[in-house]
Amino acid sequence: MKLLVNYSRGKEKKPIIAQVVKDTGVLITVERAIIDSSEGEALIDVPDDACWLVRDKMADLGAQVRILEHGVSLNEIECVDCGACISVCPREVFSFDADFKLQVVEERCILCGMCVEACPHQALTIPL
Amino acid sequence: MRKSINQINQRIRDGNAKVVTAEEMPNIVAELGEVGALKEVDVVTTGTFGAMCSSGAFLNFGHAEPPIRMERIWLNDVEAYGGVAAVDAYIGATQQSTTREDQYGGAHVIEDLVAGKAVELRALSHGTDCYPRRTITTELLLENINQAIMCNPRNAYQRYNAAINTTDKTLHTYMGTLLPDCGNITFSGSGLLNPISNDPKFRLIGSGVPIFLCGAQGMVVGEGTQHSPAGGFGTLMVTGDMKNMSQDFLRAATMFGYGVTLYVGLGVPLPVIDIDIVRSTAVRDEDISVDILDYGIPSRNRPLLRKVSYAELRNGIVNLNGEDIRTSSLSSFRRARLVAETLKDWINNKKMELCLPTRPIDPIKQVRPMHETIQGPRVLDIMDTNVDSIRENEEIKTAAQHLLKGETNHLPVINQERKLVGIVTTFDISKAVVNPQKANLVRDIMKKKVITTTPNEAVDIAVRKLEQHNISALPVVDGQYRIVGMLTAIDLGKLFGGRWLK
Repeated sequence: MKLLVNYSRGKEKKPIIAQVVKDTGVLITVERAIIDSSEGEALIDVPDDACWLVRDKMADLGAQVRILEHGVSLNEIECVDCGACISVCPREVFSFDADFKLQVVEERCILCGMCVEACPHQALTIPL
Repeated sequence: MRKSINQINQRIRDGNAKVVTAEEMPNIVAELGEVGALKEVDVVTTGTFGAMCSSGAFLNFGHAEPPIRMERIWLNDVEAYGGVAAVDAYIGATQQSTTREDQYGGAHVIEDLVAGKAVELRALSHGTDCYPRRTITTELLLENINQAIMCNPRNAYQRYNAAINTTDKTLHTYMGTLLPDCGNITFSGSGLLNPISNDPKFRLIGSGVPIFLCGAQGMVVGEGTQHSPAGGFGTLMVTGDMKNMSQDFLRAATMFGYGVTLYVGLGVPLPVIDIDIVRSTAVRDEDISVDILDYGIPSRNRPLLRKVSYAELRNGIVNLNGEDIRTSSLSSFRRARLVAETLKDWINNKKMELCLPTRPIDPIKQVRPMHETIQGPRVLDIMDTNVDSIRENEEIKTAAQHLLKGETNHLPVINQERKLVGIVTTFDISKAVVNPQKANLVRDIMKKKVITTTPNEAVDIAVRKLEQHNISALPVVDGQYRIVGMLTAIDLGKLFGGRWLK
């Protein structure tokens, strides 16, 4: 399950993710993160059964956590199966089936948004 | 053996013509042989579905009361060309909205009309004795317009270059998003299904020939603009009635960072009249070669990195210098198939008969580049030739003195052979002053990766470099990488009031 974690770094600059890993023993994969001097946003992946535990623990440490149940979503009416998204995706979310119909493996999506820009038909959206 | 067009049409009328798609044809020829295939197959249908920027439609709105001679015309805030008489207009696919820019354009107006949506017409006029009215605003559905005749000057490119990007920045082009450092390859075209690739000598495709255009029955007007079959880049000018078109085969699109375009579905049925046609319609993706060009070079002559076939491109991975690079199609092979299949259904159901061209298309023409009589400004016209530089082994303090003396922010760094090896800015010096323990020499603080220009480069290209890299100066180097000048924002000011803007 993917979680989007937003936190303000404040004065102490607490290592929130490291702290949660230490306290819970849950192994967290950081899919991508943007951290600057005052705030941070990280997309993390955790095992489904540890999702709420990690969420609560991070919330206790002052982070805002959103559980992302969905990755990129495809509007099948707008999509013409061109495949412009296939090569720009860093996680190989998109592929063609034998009939050249676009297939989406949503679970792999890290919500980077590359495909959203690259789609000529505005058929892709990410829930952020 | 030959078959006449009349024989083929008679079979269509009798309901026993053998119609296959261009995708099915290669295997039929392999199985039956050329003579066998000629006996067996009467029609090969082709299809393509991709971005075709050079598209648009003539619209006739009928006369208003009192009448107006429309001079400037907007459809949903997208300007249409009004220089074609009182109540006619040409809406071009790539024209962008004055209010929504690249999110909406002529292609969207065309799609909205085909989808049955209302479009707002606004027009202005000077007013004349015969056409006194000066303004008009009205909402129109496709059914309210007398005629909506799609007429696309350049469609159905025989094949198209594939694109790659060797620079370290993501590029947004008409070939889609190109990732940095050869991160991906994009291409377009339906390969073995492409109409012209199945008739490269233009024996069957020419003026008056019936086609599938965006779901309607249309026809080939003649050669398209930029038609260049000598190099394998033939194009077609085509027309069809928008009132019979379908959104399934006509889609507005926006290439991010580039602009609006129209995805067009187009197919040509090819009568199999002789052995030559059997051979040309047996073309496979493996037989059609495409150049992979470096779109990182903003020139008409982009460097060729490799030749590939459509088979390789469609396979999803192309190997370039030992690295596997993923490919993206920008056109839809699935919909191209659907075009060819629909054409097949039409002919099987006696909805379309075929004909030979009433006027042939030139099969050997070659397009020429633009004849330019006045060269735009080049870097050498405005660069500052009075350039100071510093050796890489000098002390930082010396660099600071140079910068102060020259009243500049950028100091090129050279080596013993006087070649450019880096650049030092006032910012780099300030950093070095704040952290004195880290460095003493210019080479320790200089930026080694320098973006440069050359004297003969067009100023527009140099400006693009400044913008893309968010920098304010470019060293100008000669063929030996020696400094011959600097181009800064101040030099660009010389363009204003200079002869270039007159």
